[in-house]
Amino acid sequence: MSQITDKDTVPNEVDKAQPKLHPISLYLKIWGLLFVLSTMSYLVDFYQVQGILRWTLIIVFMLLKAGLIITIFMHVRWERLALKLLLFIPPLAIVVLISLMAIEGDYTLVNRLISFLSV
Amino acid sequence: MSVEDKPTNRSTKNATHADPDNWQGAVSDWGGDKQVFNMPWGKLMMWLFLLSDTFIFSVFLVGYMNVRMSSMDAWPLTSEVFALTIAGHHIPLVLIAIMTFILITSSGTMAMAVNYAYRGDKKKTFYFMLATALLGASFVGMQAFEWSKLIIEEGVRPWGNPMGSAQFGATFFMITGFHGMHVTAGVIFILVIARRVANGHYEGKGYHIVEITGLYWHFVDLVWVFIFGLFYLW
Repeated sequence: MSQITDKDTVPNEVDKAQPKLHPISLYLKIWGLLFVLSTMSYLVDFYQVQGILRWTLIIVFMLLKAGLIITIFMHVRWERLALKLLLFIPPLAIVVLISLMAIEGDYTLVNRLISFLSV
Repeated sequence: MSVEDKPTNRSTKNATHADPDNWQGAVSDWGGDKQVFNMPWGKLMMWLFLLSDTFIFSVFLVGYMNVRMSSMDAWPLTSEVFALTIAGHHIPLVLIAIMTFILITSSGTMAMAVNYAYRGDKKKTFYFMLATALLGASFVGMQAFEWSKLIIEEGVRPWGNPMGSAQFGATFFMITGFHGMHVTAGVIFILVIARRVANGHYEGKGYHIVEITGLYWHFVDLVWVFIFGLFYLW
């Protein structure tokens, strides 16, 4: 992350007043990329790709799209590390929640199968 | 507010000159005697709001994952539930795909509106924001169509549906409803700000508000990326 940067080592009022402008073509390129990625994730469903390959492709396309939106459209790429830490450390708690709830979901299913299906 | 290089009595090397990209820079930014985040307060507040909104949507999606994993009935085939027959062709998930493209396009126009705002081009900013709002409104319209179709024709209810697992309706209405509400609020927000931009309201004070509106709008698009992947495609 080096070629386009508007970061100043010293925060000051000038820095706040006017962020560096990127050419419009940058946004058009990202827009195009998002279109391609969305089409590709739609095609995963259209051609009924199934199994592990389906989940992998869906997740990969999803994360790539999310990454492009966050880094370029929301300009996080050009923000200071202090803000990046604020944005990316708290959501790690969500990862923990996902794992816990996945374990819990499995546990519930197993118990339902045992109590409702066995005599 | 002023963060000029005031001499501090810290013994470390001049902290204000630390590289903003490494840990020393972050520590220096968080360190005492100055403001932590180098941005207008409105932008920081929007970031904090979006961070909390991230948690709300994550909790919805995690709840959806949990009920889907623990459901004994088969989950309805979203690809079929959201299929449409257009001109005699049965196309799976087509409405959702169109909605996705519309939202991405609106994100693109919003990014350009932000760019033109900082260039001081009032007219282009206004028109790009207007385009964004129109695309957003059409997204909400399509969602209303999708909801009506599901409720009236397919008989989906929050407590059950004819296609499979009863939890499908509950999670569907909750997640897409909350997202649709965000889109609706965003359209209103953008229209209000666009009108003020056109009236020259921000000429003296600068156009940060357009960037802040943009952050909200891109976030709405971002959430849709996850709903599209995890709810519609999974």
